[in-house]
Amino acid sequence: MKILAAMSGGVDSAVAAARAVDAGHDVVGVHLALSRAGGTLRTGSRGCCTIEDAMDARRAADRLGIPFYVWDFSERFRDDVIDDFISEYRAGRTPNPCMRCNEKIKFAALLERAIELGFDAVCTGHYALLVDGPDGRELHRASDAAKDQSYVLGVLTADQLAHTYFPLGDTPTKALVRAEAAERGLTVAQKPDSHDICFIPDGDTRGWLADRVGASEGDIVDRSGAVVGSHAGAHAYTVGQRRGLSLGVPAADGKPRFVLEVRPVSNTVVVGPKEALATAEIAGSRLSWAGRAPESTSFACEVQIRAHAEPVAARAELVGDEVVVRPEVYFDGVAPGQTAVLYLGTRVLGQFTIARTVSAVPVDA
Amino acid sequence: MAVYFDHAATTPLRPEARDAWLAAVEVVGNASSVHGPGQDARRILEQAREDVAGALDCDPIEVVFTSGGTESINLALKGLWWSRPAGHDAVVLPDGEHHATMDAVEWLSASERAVVRPVALTPDGAVPVDAFTAALPGAALATALVANNEVGTVSDAAGLTRAAAEGEVPLHLDAVGAAGSIDVRFSAWRGPGAARTGLVALSVSGHKVGAPVGTGALVVSRHATLSPLLHGGGQQRGLRSGTPDVAGASAFAAALQASVRGRDAEAARLGILRRRLLDGIRAAVPAAELLGDEDRRLPGNVHVHLPGAAGETLLFLLDQEGVAVSTGSACQAGIAEPSHVVRAMGRDERAARSVLRLTMGRTSTEVDVERLLAALPAAYARAVAAGAR
Repeated sequence: MKILAAMSGGVDSAVAAARAVDAGHDVVGVHLALSRAGGTLRTGSRGCCTIEDAMDARRAADRLGIPFYVWDFSERFRDDVIDDFISEYRAGRTPNPCMRCNEKIKFAALLERAIELGFDAVCTGHYALLVDGPDGRELHRASDAAKDQSYVLGVLTADQLAHTYFPLGDTPTKALVRAEAAERGLTVAQKPDSHDICFIPDGDTRGWLADRVGASEGDIVDRSGAVVGSHAGAHAYTVGQRRGLSLGVPAADGKPRFVLEVRPVSNTVVVGPKEALATAEIAGSRLSWAGRAPESTSFACEVQIRAHAEPVAARAELVGDEVVVRPEVYFDGVAPGQTAVLYLGTRVLGQFTIARTVSAVPVDA
Repeated sequence: MAVYFDHAATTPLRPEARDAWLAAVEVVGNASSVHGPGQDARRILEQAREDVAGALDCDPIEVVFTSGGTESINLALKGLWWSRPAGHDAVVLPDGEHHATMDAVEWLSASERAVVRPVALTPDGAVPVDAFTAALPGAALATALVANNEVGTVSDAAGLTRAAAEGEVPLHLDAVGAAGSIDVRFSAWRGPGAARTGLVALSVSGHKVGAPVGTGALVVSRHATLSPLLHGGGQQRGLRSGTPDVAGASAFAAALQASVRGRDAEAARLGILRRRLLDGIRAAVPAAELLGDEDRRLPGNVHVHLPGAAGETLLFLLDQEGVAVSTGSACQAGIAEPSHVVRAMGRDERAARSVLRLTMGRTSTEVDVERLLAALPAAYARAVAAGAR
């Protein structure tokens, strides 16, 4: 196959490209320039796509003897990922930019370009397994549960999955990937993984958002509407958050309070007891299936609402254009804007963006 | 073996240059040392200096060996700026200059409060003498490309030089892409007289004429005052301290001489190849448009606008077929930028992203032209299908 290996400069994508070469494919490496304002040097383990990262990717490609190019997707990235991130926060939701990037850039813009230029698939260092099942290509969790990234790939459709290649999915542990990198003479073998959001290199999401969303003071209220404190900008709060609430009025029961809801229109943040975070139902209409859509409109599955959350057994119902999911055990705080990925065992069925939630606890409790 | 159409970026080492370098590198001695071995090295250096002076029509004392075009340009611009008389704070900068020039002037503007006076290019990419003249009065210095390194258009260096002399402004000419391809004559252009203004500096680069990377020179008029970039042993009139690269200078001189000697014949040969290439491109892509002056251009340069296709995509597809082309000057991050030269010629961003720069050189042959023309139709069709961005 003609494979386009996306190489970030990290160890995972370098080893993925190496395995693609070993498998006998015709591989070309590409580094995506996503940020025009990117720095030159990588500092610590945050951020991504500095010139140093591009160099690391290039050296890995050199080592593998494959051609290497740098492609500029910074405009698309700004429009589809960064601007979307800002507008979601402005609307009081909690977005996941990595999913948006997979959905719009890595497996869309990049994949489209790859196919236009004659490639059969895009290869990345994601930890996930592709299985050819009876109904076509399936996406499954990786062998290493701790490194499994099937959640962030949950946005991929059947068509996209048909043109992707994840060579790392069956590796028992990440440590083995690093060892393999060292054996192959890749200088990135010990390079730290990047955390946080790639376009906020210093990790200060709150500060970054304050500069762009604007911060205006507002009230923190309890569920009855009484004002119990004030905030300096609603975007700094997310559902389930406990820290950072400087509340002037203690709760009647003396117990800690948690963010239940962010209301951008009134610029208020609603807080309440931990029990009130319990969520009985989540629903949304922005959805996709990682394969064929389910035949039945009601089915059992497991649902995962964050990249590192445990999957929860649940019942999914397709009602109109919405999917409604009721977990067997209530979720502990769900922010609209998050992605819910539905699994059946290790297989990813699909995903939807959570638009609304229903609390398990009535307001006057 | 790739079919190579990027001689403007760099060109193969000439055998004369390799031989000169190997011979010189066997002579062990620091050209600044007083003793015998030092003199042996010095002798080679000064012969090289004389040879370069002959090739560029200047005095040997006016040749300052540098590490290449970028250093020469920086030395000229910053050197002239730092030695300017009080009250002269403007720099005349035509559009479409090389990045070494643009970035150095930008630095002067940001860090030294230089006032930049831009000069728009003609639609063909030449520096117009009248607009250039109008920008000169009271400026600290002016700079201009002898020939544009992207579209190949040759400007009127004699006219620009006359204007600078009359306007009493020190002028630097960037001959990095022009030397060895067209006639570059420092003293003839500068004219007689001891003024510190008019043509005072001219940059040339070794690896553009078949010498090793890391060689080059700045011609500095004996009448100019220039502050150096490097301070140290005071070599080369104090303008370029540091142990001289004798082998590099010798290789550079050999390459430049060979280029100048064969220049007219080579221009004729490249002219034939150029016309064949352009005819073939037009046959394959009827909408193709040659950018820059059709006649007053560097002999090996074909710069085309290919509507509907992104230059970056064409570069990639042709590269995959073993044909090496360019969309403009090479850059560091590896990302294709829309050509600022094409923009400066009045074209929009879309056009600036849909160009290819094809440059031929000493080793280019008809076979290269045929191979590029064979690969072009499929690459163009695919690039159009992918859509111009």
